[in-house]
Amino acid sequence: MATYDGLFDALGLRAWCDKGADSGPMSMADLLAKTKGDGAATVSAWDTPFPSLDALHDACMAIPQSRDLTQGLESGFLGIRDALRWVIDPITQPLSWMLEDMLWLMTQSPWWIVMPVLFAITWLVSRSWKIVGFVALMLGLLAFVDHYHEAMQTLAIIFVCAFVCVLLGVPIGIAMSRNDKLQRFVIPILDMLQTLPPFVYLIPLIFLFSVTEPKLYGIAIILYAIVPVVRLTDLGIRLVDKDVIEAADAFGMTNRQKLFGVQIPLALPNIMAGVNQTIMMSLAMVVIASLVSAPGLGVLVLRGIRNLELGVGLVAGFGIVVLAIALDRVTKASLARIDASQASR
Amino acid sequence: MSNNDTATMTEARDESLPEDDARRPVKVSIRNLYKIFGEDPERALEKVKAGMGKPELLESENHVLGLSDINVDIRDGEITVIMGLSGSGKSTLIRHLNRLIEPTAGEILFKGDDILGWGQGQLRELRRKNMSMVFQKFALLPHRTVTENAAMALATRGISRSEYEDEATKWLDRVGLGGYGDQYPHQLSGGMQQRVGIARALASNSDIMLMDEAFSALDPLIRTDMQDLLLELQGELHKTVVFITHDLDEALKLADHLVILKDGSVVQQGEPQHILLKPNDPYIEDFVADINRARVLRTRSVMDKGVPKGEGSGDYAGDVDQNDNLESVIARAEGAMDKRYRVMKDGKPVGTLKMTEIMKALVPRKVEG
Ligand SMILES: Nc1ncnc2c1ncn2[C@@H]1O[C@H](COP(=O)(O)OP(=O)(O)OP(=O)(O)O)[C@@H](O)[C@H]1O
Ligand SMILES: [Mg+2]
Repeated sequence: MATYDGLFDALGLRAWCDKGADSGPMSMADLLAKTKGDGAATVSAWDTPFPSLDALHDACMAIPQSRDLTQGLESGFLGIRDALRWVIDPITQPLSWMLEDMLWLMTQSPWWIVMPVLFAITWLVSRSWKIVGFVALMLGLLAFVDHYHEAMQTLAIIFVCAFVCVLLGVPIGIAMSRNDKLQRFVIPILDMLQTLPPFVYLIPLIFLFSVTEPKLYGIAIILYAIVPVVRLTDLGIRLVDKDVIEAADAFGMTNRQKLFGVQIPLALPNIMAGVNQTIMMSLAMVVIASLVSAPGLGVLVLRGIRNLELGVGLVAGFGIVVLAIALDRVTKASLARIDASQASR
Repeated sequence: MSNNDTATMTEARDESLPEDDARRPVKVSIRNLYKIFGEDPERALEKVKAGMGKPELLESENHVLGLSDINVDIRDGEITVIMGLSGSGKSTLIRHLNRLIEPTAGEILFKGDDILGWGQGQLRELRRKNMSMVFQKFALLPHRTVTENAAMALATRGISRSEYEDEATKWLDRVGLGGYGDQYPHQLSGGMQQRVGIARALASNSDIMLMDEAFSALDPLIRTDMQDLLLELQGELHKTVVFITHDLDEALKLADHLVILKDGSVVQQGEPQHILLKPNDPYIEDFVADINRARVLRTRSVMDKGVPKGEGSGDYAGDVDQNDNLESVIARAEGAMDKRYRVMKDGKPVGTLKMTEIMKALVPRKVEG
């Protein structure tokens, strides 16, 4: 019958194979083969199938099919879902609250309060009127074409997620820089987070949380965007001049004094470069996250794709570019400011 | 410091040391110190103790012999200079004194107490209060002002800015950097940065200063300035200084006690004048071959000790101080070979110096045998 029948006969496993014979429903392919009759009994060498699970299953019923694997994974995940939820839900709940509150704050406050506050923040981190003017121009442009509301939603999500990324990422990076074992353990995880296509994070998250919960997209964004700040914090601290560290030791600094007085200040340019990248990656992910109900400009882009509304999609896409440039300029300006105040090299 | 210790010490050194003023007490003492870099230093240590040298150890065991059986006494108020070629282990040795590097075997006695048995807290106290360090590459904190850098040791002890500011400013003034307190290190030249490094070490008010090639990165003129500054400060403050250099002129200018390292071992140590006159190793001969001996050697190292009673002082062409260098005596004699001078110390005659002796001393001696 099937190609590999002979193999199992030769191994004397026929009895074991037939024991599992009647288990499991027939696959579509099986049905098709049945209806076509047993004409395909003799397969030429050219068409010999790869000994995959399905091909072996044809010869021996006791061997599982590939679809059993995917089904097994799914049922396994569903099996631990409740336990996982029980742990993760309370931990991540504050994220939902933060996102909801921030969205509420930034969309419900009148524009003539929100925009000046944003300009003030820009001034505080960049200390440059040029940058403030640029940001005002960009936001003004978006508001003028009636994308103000969506832009604020997107910004609110980015602010919260980038803040959480820094809050978690910097301590993780510091811990990595002080412990080689931890670094060896964390780096593959970071590599994986960075190489997985962003859509893949969404799959397990959708099963874990309901789509109406903001933390669903919050977690996806944070997982994706936290990588650079962790990496660059670790790198920054490791790159601090060995001579300066030695001097700190020679004058009897404690580890704490060294960390806060020497290592973090000297690693700050690198850490800030990580924050800049984290913000840019949050922005990239916030668009994808509209697939799972993240509000903002991404929703409009999605509408453009779904309904073939070219103009809507293009304007929203342009809006995202504008936000990206503004965020990049502001963080780069603050980075330059830090660099200038300690131009040591 | 017990008599016993003194005895072993002089033994380790050369017997024929020129008579020394009553020597000062030992402050830090390094005993049988070994340092081996590599995977399994303990095993390599066995081989080294059995007589294996640095090149063989690297070849057969793949371990680097950093230091091998070092015995040095660092005396209170003296400048001890450690000299050697690149890779001879100078930096490794000085970092053992405040335990920035852990030895493989041996003892480091600070006022008689072995610091290798000390815990982290005690060690930190030692580094904060007793030993300060000046680095070849300055190693200032780039994000702190000059004043904050100078006060690093004080701030580390938890002293607040308002309290340390005067102290830091005082030392910055002392090293000639008054008015630069609010600058950042990168705004200063190399020589100025190293002055900040010195002010930082002085402000810590430690009795021991460790200086690892502190002047090597500076150009010759500034370097001479800094050496003069160090000697001037030393005359005032009488710190115990351990100074590393690979420059013989610098070593001879600064050293009260000179230690010469080669491949991780001490080849000779003692009074610099003595090493110059009686090098005990071809390695040192090579080192001293090129220097201007007339300028470095002092009359006290060349004179015949004691003043003959019977002869009148009319015989002498004049009096010279025991610390005058030979160059100045030759200049005074205007090249005449038949003169002799009376050597004075604190106004009392201590020896006789014949011009012929001076001429002999100017020719480098070869090691006999
Ligand atoms: N961390 C280390 N690991 C392995 N070998 C080391 C280490 N530190 C120093 N060494 C070796 O120890 C020897 C002495 O080095 P050290 O830095 O003390 O030399 P140095 O006399 O200060 O030279 P330089 O004048 O170039 O500063 C060298 O052979 C060096 O390769
Ligand atoms: Mg060195």
